[in-house]
Amino acid sequence: MNKITYGLILGGILGIFDGLTSWFTPAVRPQLMGIVLGSTFKGLLAGVLIGIFARKVHSLGLGVLFGLAVGLLFAFFIAYMQRNYYVQIMVPGGLVGLIVGYATQKYGDSTTTSPSRT
Amino acid sequence: MNWLSDEAIARLRLVGAEPDLTGTRYRLIDRIGSGGMGSVYLAEDATLGRRVAVKILDVPDSSGELAARLRREAHILASLEHPGIVPVHDAGTLADGRVFYAMKFVEGERLDRFSGRDGTLPGRLRIFQRICDTVAFAHTRGVLHRDLKPENIMTGPFGEVLVMDWGVAKILRANWNAAPVEMAQDEPREASAGLAVVSSHPALKTAHGAVLGTPGYMAPEQARGDVEHLDERADIYSLGAILQFLSAASARGTQTAPRALTAIARKAMDPDPAARYASASELGQDIARYLDGLPVLAYPENVLQKIARWAARYRLAIVLVLTYLVVRALLIFWFRP
Repeated sequence: MNKITYGLILGGILGIFDGLTSWFTPAVRPQLMGIVLGSTFKGLLAGVLIGIFARKVHSLGLGVLFGLAVGLLFAFFIAYMQRNYYVQIMVPGGLVGLIVGYATQKYGDSTTTSPSRT
Repeated sequence: MNWLSDEAIARLRLVGAEPDLTGTRYRLIDRIGSGGMGSVYLAEDATLGRRVAVKILDVPDSSGELAARLRREAHILASLEHPGIVPVHDAGTLADGRVFYAMKFVEGERLDRFSGRDGTLPGRLRIFQRICDTVAFAHTRGVLHRDLKPENIMTGPFGEVLVMDWGVAKILRANWNAAPVEMAQDEPREASAGLAVVSSHPALKTAHGAVLGTPGYMAPEQARGDVEHLDERADIYSLGAILQFLSAASARGTQTAPRALTAIARKAMDPDPAARYASASELGQDIARYLDGLPVLAYPENVLQKIARWAARYRLAIVLVLTYLVVRALLIFWFRP
């Protein structure tokens, strides 16, 4: 499995999980489905970006930092749109980015297949 | 009357034993080691202006068993072109009748000394994998080393790992034929005819019952002198002993060698050759599996051991996910309405 696919799958799974945890906040429970979809999309997008970065830059430290930055940035956008829950959204969002950043650096195939030239 | 001191006499003896390289392109610099057949000298190749190691027979015996063995060693080395085997540059006979061959001068440390120093277990295992690769290559060429031990492995400053001293190597295949090494012009005619001549020398056929090798690293069948039935698995036994040595060297103090590694070494050193790894590559692959945190062939795990290995393999990932879950839980309880 290549790093982009790896980031996509991991980002998506963690995104779903991240969205589902909003169930514990009764005030947003009615919008649970929308939150889960949004969180999943955020996770997928962050996962792809982090996966692309991991394929180009082979550095665990930079990968983790990039993941953290992307996770925080995306989470900030969502919190900004809601004008609330900055800590509840940004802290786990940053951690998800960090985990995906670490995982894509550590695991996944960095080789790319390209058509052979004759 | 002044008597010579013991030191002076010892020095004179040493100088007297030094080979005369007149007539060759080499200039003697220093003696760097000695073995059963001859000594190895550091020399300068005057033509190419580089340092080389020259292995020279201790006695002027250009047609005897030792000379034939040294020539054969040169031929074997020359035929085994591999990054893990020191390349031979030249071979010939000195004016005094001593046979020699010149090879690349390897600056490094013997594995037994290297292991006594620093070095992590994975680092040592990666060296071991390189040894397995080299031995596997030699086996595919039909050559058995028969004296693998840490003293015969050199580790270079740039990550080189070289298997040395092929003096007692055995050729497994009857049709083994390698390109003959170009002998120097002063080489006697009969000796320059290549390996076909060299390998057919009657003295080179190790007699059944003869024991060649090093105790502790020698397979039981080799120690019994069962020369005719020796095959690749004798070298695999020696590799197992080297692995045991490396594991023990890194487990000094309170640590013990990991069970999986002990099991790999035990399988390689099984008294029954049929129960050992089938090839050096297979042994190297089991080490690779161990390094990758995967189950090894030699060690069937129970469920708890599988979980422990899995947890060790993904330790940091598990810590990160747990951190995420803890942070998530804390946030939920902290902001609970």
